[in-house]
Amino acid sequence: MLTFALRRLLMAVPTLLFISLVIFLLLELAPGDPVADMPLTIPPEVREKIRISLGLGEPMHVRYALWLYNLFVTEPSYWIDALFGTDLAQGSQRIISFQTRAPVFDTIAERMPQTLIVVGMGYVVGVLIALPIGIISAYRQYSVFDQIGTFISMVGFSVPTFVTGVMLIVVFSVWLGWFPSIYDTTLQVTDWPSFVKQMRQMVMPVFVLALYNAAQISRYMRASMLDNMTQDYVRTARAKGMSERVVILKHVLRNSMIPVVTVIALGVPGVFTGAIITENVFKVNGLGQQLLLSIQGNDAPMVLTISFIFAILIVLFNLIADLLYGLLDPRIRYD
Amino acid sequence: MPDRAAPVLDVRDLQVVFRTRGGEVHAVNSVSFHLRPGELLGVVGESGSGKSVTMMSLLGLLPSPPAEIRGGEVLLGGRDLLKLDAESLRAVRGRRIGFVFQDPMTSLNPVFTIGNQIMEPLRAHMGMDRARATERAVELLELVGIPDARRRLGDYPHQFSGGMRQRVMIAIALACDPEVLIADEPTTALDVTIQAQIIELVKDLREKLGMAIIWITHDLGVIAGIADRVMVMYGGQVVEQGPVRALFADPRHPYTRALLQTIPALRGQRDRRLRVIEGQPPILSASPSACSFCPRCGHASNRCRVENPQRLPHDGLPTGQGHDSACHWAHSAEPAHA
Repeated sequence: MLTFALRRLLMAVPTLLFISLVIFLLLELAPGDPVADMPLTIPPEVREKIRISLGLGEPMHVRYALWLYNLFVTEPSYWIDALFGTDLAQGSQRIISFQTRAPVFDTIAERMPQTLIVVGMGYVVGVLIALPIGIISAYRQYSVFDQIGTFISMVGFSVPTFVTGVMLIVVFSVWLGWFPSIYDTTLQVTDWPSFVKQMRQMVMPVFVLALYNAAQISRYMRASMLDNMTQDYVRTARAKGMSERVVILKHVLRNSMIPVVTVIALGVPGVFTGAIITENVFKVNGLGQQLLLSIQGNDAPMVLTISFIFAILIVLFNLIADLLYGLLDPRIRYD
Repeated sequence: MPDRAAPVLDVRDLQVVFRTRGGEVHAVNSVSFHLRPGELLGVVGESGSGKSVTMMSLLGLLPSPPAEIRGGEVLLGGRDLLKLDAESLRAVRGRRIGFVFQDPMTSLNPVFTIGNQIMEPLRAHMGMDRARATERAVELLELVGIPDARRRLGDYPHQFSGGMRQRVMIAIALACDPEVLIADEPTTALDVTIQAQIIELVKDLREKLGMAIIWITHDLGVIAGIADRVMVMYGGQVVEQGPVRALFADPRHPYTRALLQTIPALRGQRDRRLRVIEGQPPILSASPSACSFCPRCGHASNRCRVENPQRLPHDGLPTGQGHDSACHWAHSAEPAHA
């Protein structure tokens, strides 16, 4: 298992390098100019100087190599410096955003908590409600519960999050006034009232994302349970005199979880990438929203770095899904 | 074999119906049989004759819906299993009646160890703690002839061969010392040498433990070697029943005769083609009002098409005790049996 994991990690290196190159070239080929947003009163020769000061005077391959070097050498040395108080970086150039002129990773570090709290919570809640719904729907197939579950899943899956999000804002913020429609990032949770306030502003984005995720995962869970409930070993378990609880929650569930856990693990990178729209609807200034802003502003270093982080997450969670599969199913061996 | 001992299992007039979209299917029609302590009853018939459904319905193992038990009694030690609530029925399953299923490849849960699966009934029914259940599990695996039993408790089903898995299944069924073991085609999915080993094992275990066995098969050859009594089923009914010698020496029902003729002879001349029984077993949409075998029977008369034959004895003993069959032709051709 360990050798398998190591081998896969090594194989991920060329994959990720290739992905980064593709993203870089795409951004390079895309039309747009980082100084285009600047006032028209700036004379062309000053514009050109700004461009050169951003490093755009260098040829493509130099810029790519510099970005790689910064990402893998300079940035980690800054992190180590911050952790242990060393001075490895010695003030060398970091990856700088074209738009804000601030280090890209500082912006990412500012934005990450909102994304993790809101979007991550949406995923966790989604999974937690999807599993029991899937189990009960399968056990009571075609019951009223199952029919309602199927209907809600269909709605949750087919109605886009920007529709459910806006609907929630109209009903609960505009009409009822229960929840704020804009997520306030400056809110510090220090005491009970501020905690309640934080919860209230999280309710709607979390609900929108949870509905979407739960719709998908509950269907997987239900299908997987149904597949396993008709297996021979279930009959064996019943013939041994096991209670329905043991039959369903031990024998069937353990087998049904194998594919579902894989799906859940593969969905984790989506926590970071897939919530761009929801973040924008609720004005949560997370990573997704930043990515959109940076794309609009032709901020190549920011777009490249965020996209590359997404790529790392996707590759990593693919590996985790594979490893989980091996842990859950004794028939799978990695050697 | 104690001949007149009170039966440990007594099934009377059992009726099972499946409700499907296309209407009702009468899978078991008034089946009655009994099982004496220590006896091995062979149940024979083609696929679809209702053998498995009958046995599964005894313990409520059929999914309901679509299955529905319409009537009858299943007396285990005098108590009617069909009247028990789910909780009490569960206490009978695996504790007093053990089940071995056909396909050992799929009948064990692939993600739990063999030890876990053997110990489950021990802990649920016998209230054993982990240590005692482990000891008993080792004992059981040794009993069914699995070498290196203690170490193998931690193995998963896929680490066992087909024959070994069936041994494990038998160990699970025998875990709580049941009075009755129901083996539903336990050797069908195995190759011939393994089949012979499993049959030997069951014979051996029966001598050691003395439980009564119901052995479902469509292989008459197997039955001839191990059974005390044989029950032939067709169309969800018992068509012939009797001691194994009497039934093989003197089969009365045309279906039994036809079945016996489908066995290939291993010795002597093989000059004639193997006989086949043309056609398919029926799917009954109502309880039978005619002999269900008559479309395939060479002896069918008009009476067979309008009246479902009753089981009548051939040797003067009460029906079920001796040799009996349900056939108009068999009883009219030789009226001198009484």
